[in-house]
Amino acid sequence: MNETAKSSRGARTKGDVLLEIRNLQIEGESDEVWQPIVRGVDLTLKRGEVLGLIGESGAGKSTIGLAAMGYARGGCRISGGSVVFDGIDLLTASDETRRKLRGTRIAYVAQSAAASFNPAHRLLEQTIEAELREGFRTKAEAEKDAIELYHRLRLPNPEEIGFRYPHQVSGGQLQRAMTAMAMTCRPDLIIFDEPTTALDVTTQVEVLAAIRDIVEQFHTAAIYITHDLAVVAQMADRIKVLRYGKSVEEAPTREMLTSPREEYTRSLWSVRKLGKQEQPGGEPILQVKNVTAAYGNAVRVLSDVTVTVPRGRTVAVVGESGSGKSTLARVITGLLPPIEGQIIFNGKALPRALKERNADTLRRIQMIYQMPDTALNPRQTVYEVIGRPIEFYRGLTGAKKEARISELMKLIEMDDSYVDRFPGELSGGQKQRICIARALAAEPELIICDEVTSALDQIVQEGILQLLMRLQRELGVSYLFITHDIATVRAISDEIVVMFQGRVVQQGPKTQVLSPPHPPYTELLLSSVPEMDPDWLTNLLARRKAQPEAMKAGDR
Amino acid sequence: MNPVLRTILQRLGLGIATLFVVSIIISLTIEMLPGDFARAVLGQSATPETVAAFQREIGLDRSPVVRYFNWISGVLRGDFGESYASAGSLAGHRRLVAEMIGPRLLNTLFLAGAAALIAVPLSLFLGFMAALYRNSFFDRAVNVVSLTSISSPEFFLAYILIMFLAVKFPIFVSLASITPNMPFLDRLHAIALPTLTLVLVIVAHMMRMTRAAIINLLASPYIEMSRLKGARPMQVILRHALPNAWAPIANVIALNLAYLVVGVVVVEVVFTYPGIGQLMVDAVSKRDLPVVQGCALVFAGTYILLNLLADIVTIVSNPRLLHPR
Repeated sequence: MNETAKSSRGARTKGDVLLEIRNLQIEGESDEVWQPIVRGVDLTLKRGEVLGLIGESGAGKSTIGLAAMGYARGGCRISGGSVVFDGIDLLTASDETRRKLRGTRIAYVAQSAAASFNPAHRLLEQTIEAELREGFRTKAEAEKDAIELYHRLRLPNPEEIGFRYPHQVSGGQLQRAMTAMAMTCRPDLIIFDEPTTALDVTTQVEVLAAIRDIVEQFHTAAIYITHDLAVVAQMADRIKVLRYGKSVEEAPTREMLTSPREEYTRSLWSVRKLGKQEQPGGEPILQVKNVTAAYGNAVRVLSDVTVTVPRGRTVAVVGESGSGKSTLARVITGLLPPIEGQIIFNGKALPRALKERNADTLRRIQMIYQMPDTALNPRQTVYEVIGRPIEFYRGLTGAKKEARISELMKLIEMDDSYVDRFPGELSGGQKQRICIARALAAEPELIICDEVTSALDQIVQEGILQLLMRLQRELGVSYLFITHDIATVRAISDEIVVMFQGRVVQQGPKTQVLSPPHPPYTELLLSSVPEMDPDWLTNLLARRKAQPEAMKAGDR
Repeated sequence: MNPVLRTILQRLGLGIATLFVVSIIISLTIEMLPGDFARAVLGQSATPETVAAFQREIGLDRSPVVRYFNWISGVLRGDFGESYASAGSLAGHRRLVAEMIGPRLLNTLFLAGAAALIAVPLSLFLGFMAALYRNSFFDRAVNVVSLTSISSPEFFLAYILIMFLAVKFPIFVSLASITPNMPFLDRLHAIALPTLTLVLVIVAHMMRMTRAAIINLLASPYIEMSRLKGARPMQVILRHALPNAWAPIANVIALNLAYLVVGVVVVEVVFTYPGIGQLMVDAVSKRDLPVVQGCALVFAGTYILLNLLADIVTIVSNPRLLHPR
């Protein structure tokens, strides 16, 4: 309601204390034992203030965010401390008191809007549910207001979009609709729980801008949870770094970015500084020539794609989701035979379909996937996972096989003692290392890495990327590296292929693709990657306002 | 064409095809039944000539294929043939199978309908409550009671009910004999005990599936979201979980309703209720094959129809199908 507070960010008036969390303790149950997740966190938030919570997965960010609503997920319990919201202690208040605050005075915006909207109801119905239930407005008023919010959040077709079902709307639009839903009751506090993590960078810019504007317009206090420092730098007045459920440090945004005090905070920054000297390309190991592919008789997913991978080099394929990156991998491996075009490997055309290729061809091209959890059979030990391709491709058994497994474990910098473990007993980064060892076991010439670091925390990502680069130096293996993350591309590639809607829009050596002038889509993609500068988003939006046509491709 | 309508028509066509296949299987099975109707009626002492003449009269001398086509073409015109049992009687009063099955089927549907009207809402309600108060005393109690009733044989439940509600406390009657011109309320009174027995038998299944389908959804992010939007616990279940849980619930309801029509012979026997189940058992023991065939076809049709309805509910409750992109 406070629409007068339009002063610029950072300089806007902060009110009295809205939320005060003291010595918060939260435990989670695993195997019938209660383990601490959050260990004594303090947090103070004033009216109209945005606090960024940052940390790796498992740091307790989301758990703290939910605790600010007096809510604990199943299998968790708040075991100590206090959460005082506007004079009400949420931990001692009655269920009914807490319930009435939720959705009205404290709202929540979830990470995956696609999963958090109920598939059975229209968006508008869900948007206005809380205010109708509490009788704040009549249905007609509420709908009018919701449409007005859709307008402000710059949703396309705001009059109509509310009558759609969640599956009929894109992820970026859903995320904005969810922000509208949070705003309907004009809450005092909104918890944003990684609202843009599942989005492409090009879409992320739009959502970030929309969220920031509306939070400022209504002078809403917010807790903004993310693992992406550059994102939080755009959104927050203050940043709090968490690790293992404890506070590491807390400071105003600019101060935190320029002079972090703790070693851990600095390490969060470091990943983005990883870089590789670009190597000039040599003789090609893989050539994808004029490939066109489709699923069934449906729309073409790839049209006329030509990509070359030089031996011993890394070619990064970048683009947003739906651009055909993973389909390209499926075509190269033979999982999806192309409609037109050729795959030339080591100078010879490969059969289109997987089943027509012989074992030796299969051996030479290996794949590593995004989700190591689902890529590893949970019932096989590391020994079986790595041993199988050794036996299958190399015919080694017994002591020779064991020697080879131990060699591979050394290559991926893991101890031999892990070979008897099941995937469930390994961390995410360790599982991805096992996937790498499994690919190496076949002694391939080309490894296709499909978003291999996307599911991992920044620090673990860095370890995996360094491992991949070292393996390339030592073994001369070539990578086709599929990713949507530009920081990763900068870190490891020699050449870059930019894809958009199933076509290659630009390709060339890294330095060339990354330095201007760029074709329009590359420009949009590169300029959308958040930077540590807290003014980045403001400046970017100002620049784009000057050239409105650049926004078109990103508005989805 | 609307994709939902198309899917439904496809299912309908598939259902009719299934019914055809079932009709062939029924005829084949009956062909393989041991024993001979003519001998069963005429007795051991009948001469081969008498037997042959009798077989000619009821058409048993023709080949199975011809008999199948005669039968199925009749069925398509609504004629289920004549009962063998009446063919043998010298009075010459021939009874049509349709005439025999019709009233019995109505009785069965009456009993099934009464049981369904109680059991379906009751099991949905108990399922919601059990999901809402998961692992509470209420949840456990409902589970134990329903599991006990589903694990006991139906006739046992029936006799227990008779003992308490008809013998010790004569509220209801133990013989559920009804006649066509009985007043409606008297009929309800007469079928109270068999209805209660059937309700006890089918509630557990449906209630447990309802509970499981809803609990399965309670872990979804959109359910957590509805809680974080301050929805009341009952709203969470009814408004946010239930619309997404209809598919499995509808399927188990369809199976149980089908059971009410085709599987109640034991209950009919205990309460001497003149339903279609008894008719079929009698017909089998008398080798009255047209009646057996007719009953079997009605049962198959019931199953197929109810499963078709469940399929339609599944399709209609899925907004992705109902509202394509």
